[in-house]
Amino acid sequence: MTVVATTRRQAYPARPVRRLPRLLAGLAGGRPAGLNQHEHSYGPLPLPEAAWSGVEGAARRAATRLIDVVERSGLTGRGGAGFPAGRKLRSVAAGPGPAVVVANGSEGEPASRKDRLLLSRAPHLVMDGISLAAFAVGATEAYLVVHGDDARLVASLEAAAQAREVAGIDQVPIQVVGIEGRYVASEQTAIVQHLNGGPGLPTFAPPRTHDRGVAGRPTAVSNVETLAHLAMIARYGHTWFREAGTPSAPGTTLVTVSGAIARPGVYEIELGTPIGEVLMQAGGPAERPQAVLVGGYFGTWLPAEVAWPVSMSHPGLRSVGGAMGAGILVVLPESSCGLAETARVVRYLANESAGQCGPCIFGLPALADALADLAYYGGRGDAVDRIAGLIPLIEGRGACRHPDGATQLAASALAAFSHDARWHDAEGPCYGVRQPPLMPVPGDVEYW
Amino acid sequence: MSERLRVNPITCTAHGMCAELLPEFITLDPWGYPIVPDEPVPDELIGLARKAAAACPTLALVVGKRRRP
Repeated sequence: MTVVATTRRQAYPARPVRRLPRLLAGLAGGRPAGLNQHEHSYGPLPLPEAAWSGVEGAARRAATRLIDVVERSGLTGRGGAGFPAGRKLRSVAAGPGPAVVVANGSEGEPASRKDRLLLSRAPHLVMDGISLAAFAVGATEAYLVVHGDDARLVASLEAAAQAREVAGIDQVPIQVVGIEGRYVASEQTAIVQHLNGGPGLPTFAPPRTHDRGVAGRPTAVSNVETLAHLAMIARYGHTWFREAGTPSAPGTTLVTVSGAIARPGVYEIELGTPIGEVLMQAGGPAERPQAVLVGGYFGTWLPAEVAWPVSMSHPGLRSVGGAMGAGILVVLPESSCGLAETARVVRYLANESAGQCGPCIFGLPALADALADLAYYGGRGDAVDRIAGLIPLIEGRGACRHPDGATQLAASALAAFSHDARWHDAEGPCYGVRQPPLMPVPGDVEYW
Repeated sequence: MSERLRVNPITCTAHGMCAELLPEFITLDPWGYPIVPDEPVPDELIGLARKAAAACPTLALVVGKRRRP
């Protein structure tokens, strides 16, 4: 148990006895938790006393201790890649000169709601995390990046940041930045380029943002949920964090459940919970399930019977060829057509391309065409082969992972719906293609 | 030496010069963009690889030791 001293001698609320929920514990009512309510639930920001002492050596040692605690907690990034949070902080802290912290709350994934929920209800928990990360890496600038089109959210976050500034809570003021609402703009190199005054588009690495990011300085870009967990770990310690989850996947995580489910929404689960159990928490399938999309629009289709026992964790999903992504589960009912859903989503991803890399500019529309042929027209017997042939021509050939996400989705659809795919290719579309679209796609395209 | 070729996919605009100069290693996809194997360039081709990198009109082809992160 790590005790982090604070400047303000104020007692912490007793450490939470119940393991769950953690992040969503203070979400009573539909309004954002104000600063007072936040401090009442979680206690003040646990910045070590040395942070304010002005003694550089003492502050640096306290920062190293904080990073040690994060590393021991086993916290991994909750944005999708699952990179160890402690290692990221350490490498940015070791970089030359003052660092920059960027909290990514832009949530480009249309099927994810968790970051928006966290930011709209518990903004100060996220901002505590930003402040602690800034202290850990020795940052002199801190940004909270969200979608600019959500003006109400931006305004409420700006108000929260101002309240903290008035109360003198953070060492580094948190700047709220609204970025363009498109899918690729939420990619970390795109955010860094935007903050540097360029277009919000992905760039070619290296240099990696760890080494040279905002203003050429070492930059830690972290998902807002990761930072909220960091704020909890700094308060209650790494041992407490590990009380939930499994040894290889410790802690809790937020998942967004949608599709044919009784109570769609955001749920906080222990990492390692079987997918079937998560879906039962959400009221269970609303119809007989056919398959589950895990990880979002960059994700993987798993047949329902495969998905049910799989544990929600990076190792668990990797074992069946999937990935956690941002913790998204979409339940596909028996009555829908998985190929039609995939075709619609890949068309959307093709339209969302930043238009910078050839394989993405030309490959994704070709892949979307082939999938649409298979799903809606079929009957030519060559669509499956066309799709399988296009995938290796696209995968891994863009500057960012956008094209890889689309090929992953297409490849998993051919595997999970292999029987349907053969039927479509030989005989034509099934009845399922007439079902209303299941997965939300901004600006839906109709084929029929 | 284990030197690798990398293409910066943002700057590459499919001139196809590299595949012309180094067909032993680089092929083109249906849209004219180079497909570069993610493996070290064979020793006997390294000179030609450097020439191909230098000839790229958009300087998108890079010879380097580091793998793509």
